[in-house]
Amino acid sequence: MNTPHLECPVPLSYRTEITVGHGGGGKLTQELIDTIFRPAFANDALESQHDGAVMPFAKKRMAFTTDSHVVSPLFFPGGDIGSLAVNGTINDLLMCGARPLWMSAGFILEEGLSLERLDKIVKSMAKTAKESGVSIVTGDTKVVERGKGDSLYVTTAGIGIIEHNHIIGPYSIKEGDVIIVNGDIGRHGMAIMASREGLEFESTIQSDCASLLKPVEALLNSGITLHCMRDLTRGGLATTLVELAQTSKCLFTLNEASIPVTDLVRGACEILGFEPMYVANEGRFACIVPEKDADKALAVLNKVAPELNPAVIGKVGPKDRGVVYLTSIIGTERVLDRLSGEQLPRIC
Amino acid sequence: MKFVDEYRDAQVVKNLAARIAKIVTRPWTIMEICGGQTHAIVKFGLDELLPKSITLVHGPGCPVCVTPAELIDQAVELTRRPNVILCSFGDMLRVPGTGEDLLTAKARGGDVRIVYSPLDAVVLAQKNPTKEIVFFAVGFETTAPANAMAVLHAEKAGVKNFSLLVSHVLVPPAMRAILGAKDNLVEGFLAAGHVCAIMGTKQYESIAEQYKVPIVVTGFEPVDILEGILRCVIQLENHEHNVENAYSRAVKEEGNVIARTIAEQVFDEVDRNWRGLGPIPKSGWDLKEKYSHFDAPKKFELKPAAMTPVGECISGEIMRGIKKPKQCPAYGIRCTPEHPIGAPMVSSEGACAAYYRYRHLTENINQAGAA
Repeated sequence: MNTPHLECPVPLSYRTEITVGHGGGGKLTQELIDTIFRPAFANDALESQHDGAVMPFAKKRMAFTTDSHVVSPLFFPGGDIGSLAVNGTINDLLMCGARPLWMSAGFILEEGLSLERLDKIVKSMAKTAKESGVSIVTGDTKVVERGKGDSLYVTTAGIGIIEHNHIIGPYSIKEGDVIIVNGDIGRHGMAIMASREGLEFESTIQSDCASLLKPVEALLNSGITLHCMRDLTRGGLATTLVELAQTSKCLFTLNEASIPVTDLVRGACEILGFEPMYVANEGRFACIVPEKDADKALAVLNKVAPELNPAVIGKVGPKDRGVVYLTSIIGTERVLDRLSGEQLPRIC
Repeated sequence: MKFVDEYRDAQVVKNLAARIAKIVTRPWTIMEICGGQTHAIVKFGLDELLPKSITLVHGPGCPVCVTPAELIDQAVELTRRPNVILCSFGDMLRVPGTGEDLLTAKARGGDVRIVYSPLDAVVLAQKNPTKEIVFFAVGFETTAPANAMAVLHAEKAGVKNFSLLVSHVLVPPAMRAILGAKDNLVEGFLAAGHVCAIMGTKQYESIAEQYKVPIVVTGFEPVDILEGILRCVIQLENHEHNVENAYSRAVKEEGNVIARTIAEQVFDEVDRNWRGLGPIPKSGWDLKEKYSHFDAPKKFELKPAAMTPVGECISGEIMRGIKKPKQCPAYGIRCTPEHPIGAPMVSSEGACAAYYRYRHLTENINQAGAA
C-alpha cells in the first residue's frame, strides 16, 4: 500500500460574477450590499439598516420600502408571487412600526406568459392588499423577450405612516430585552423547495406567507414598549438575529429547544440537510421587548394566532461584540453565523 | 419527532459522556469516518463533552471533499458542450475545480441542475430527447446503488441520451491507506453508519484484525456518536480490536443485500485518485464494460483528467487525522465558505466547513475576550 501523498487544487480567485448565492440573503448578499450598494448610496436613512427607511414627513414619520420578487414556481402551497410581493412589502413597513398605506407594483413579464396566470396573480395582489388596508396606487409594466425572464418578476414599493412615539429598530435594543417569535419557523422555504423540486412529504408543507398587520397592530395597541421588530425572510431566523445583534452590538442568547418548528418542517430539513433556523419565512417576525413586557407581548401574539405557537426564544445581553449564542438542544453552546450563500441539499 | 428527539436527549448525552470519562485512563485518538458524523460532533460540541485525553479526528467520508478536482474540471467541461444538461447533487456545485466550480459554470450559462435522485436525471433525459443528460455520480457506497439503479432503469427504458460522470469511492481501502501510513495517529474508528447500512459490517473485520484497531459502526445523532465513542474506548482500554455495531437500528451484518447486489452488478472496482489523499488502489467503483455506453467521459471523448498541482489546502492531512482544520494557514483567512480554496470548506459534510460554521466565530470571540 502506498503512503497517501498530499495534494490539493490551486486557489480559486474571488468571484468576479454574480452567482445565485448573492441573492440568498446571507453573507454573500451582505458582501454585495457593503461593497457596492451602501457606499454608493450612502445616507442617514440607509445607515439605519432596517427593513425600510424611516424619514420625517409633515410633522410625522414616514416609512418607505421596496422589494423584488423572483420566486419560482409562481404558485406554491400557501400563496403565489402576488401575495408574497404584497405581504413582503407590507411586512417591511410594519417592521418599522408603520401603518402601511400605499404601494406601487412594477411588472416584468416574459413573452408567452399566459394572461390567465397574470390575471390570477394580479387579483391575488389586490385581495392581499385590501385585507391589510393598503391601496396599490401606481404601477409599471415591461415585457422582455422569451427566454430573458422567468415568466414574471414583480417589484413593489410601499409607503406607511408612523403614528406613535416608539423608536422601533435595531438601535433601540437594550440589555435585558426578550426575543419573541410569532410562530413556528421554516415553512415558506421548505414549501417552495418541495414545490419547486417536486419533493413529496407525508403532507404538504404550506408557506407561512401572510400579512403581519394583525399581530403588529395588536402589539402596538397593547401599551407595551417595542424595541425592535424584524421579519424573518431570506436567511431565516438565524441570519436575521445575527444582523440585529451586529447592528445593536448586543449579545443575544437563544435556546434551541424553545424555537418552534413543526415536525413536518423539521423532518423535511433533516432529509435535505437543512437547518430550520436558516430557512426562509414570509409570515414570521421576531420582536424584541423589555423583559417586563415579555409576558404581555407573548399573550398578545397568542391571542392573535395561538395555532402558530409563538414563543420566547432568547434574551438580549450586554452591549459587547454583537453576537448570537445558541444553547443547543443537548445543552452545549455555540455562536451563530449568517447563512453563507444558500443552503444546498446534501448528497447522502 | 420520533427517531430524532430520543437521540438528542440532553440527559442521555450527559450520562454517556460521564461513562466515557470514568473509564478512560490514557489518551486515545479516534477517527469518525463520515462527514455527517463530523458535522454532528462539531455542531453539537460533542468533542467538548469528552475528557481531554480523547482526540476526535475527522475522516475522509465526505464525498464532495474527496472527488478529485480534475473530475470537477471534466464536469465543467461538459457544461460547455452543446445540448448538455449536467445534473448534480446540490453541494457539489460550490467545489472548486482547478479552474471554475459548477456554480460559476452555471452563472456563465451552462445548464447545471440540482437533482435529488439520479432517477430524476433519467426522467429529465426522457423528457428532453434532443438534450444529453449527464449525471455527476459522486459518493461512497451509500449513493452507488441508486446510481446503479438509474443505469439499469435507463438501459431497460432504452434511454440513449443519459450518461454518468462516475467518481464513486469506497471506504475500506481509504481506512487501510490511513492506517498504513507511517505517520498515522488513528487508534480506533467510528465506521460510517450509512455506508454499513448498504455494505454490512463483514468487510471491516479484516481491517480490525490486520491493524489491531477497534471499529465501531456508528450513527449520526449525538447519542449515537457518544455511544460509538464509548464502545470504542472500552475496546481500546481492554486492548480489543473488534468490529462492533452500535447502529443496529439501521445496520445489519449482511447490509442491504439487494442494494449491494445492484451496485456490484453495474460497477467494477477500480483504482481511484482521491482529492487530498492521492491515488488508492481498488478504492473506487466505475461502470462495468457492459455499461460503458453510459460512461460520459467516453461518450463525450473527454480528455483524461490531469493530476492537480499541489496548493495551499491541507485537506489530505486533515482527512487522515494528522491535522485539524485550524492548523491550516489558509483556514478562515484565505479559505472561507464564501471563497473556498479546498473542498472540505465547501461541503455540508466537510470538516473545515463544520469548524468554520460552528466554531470560527466562537473562537474568534473567545480569543478577543482573552486578549
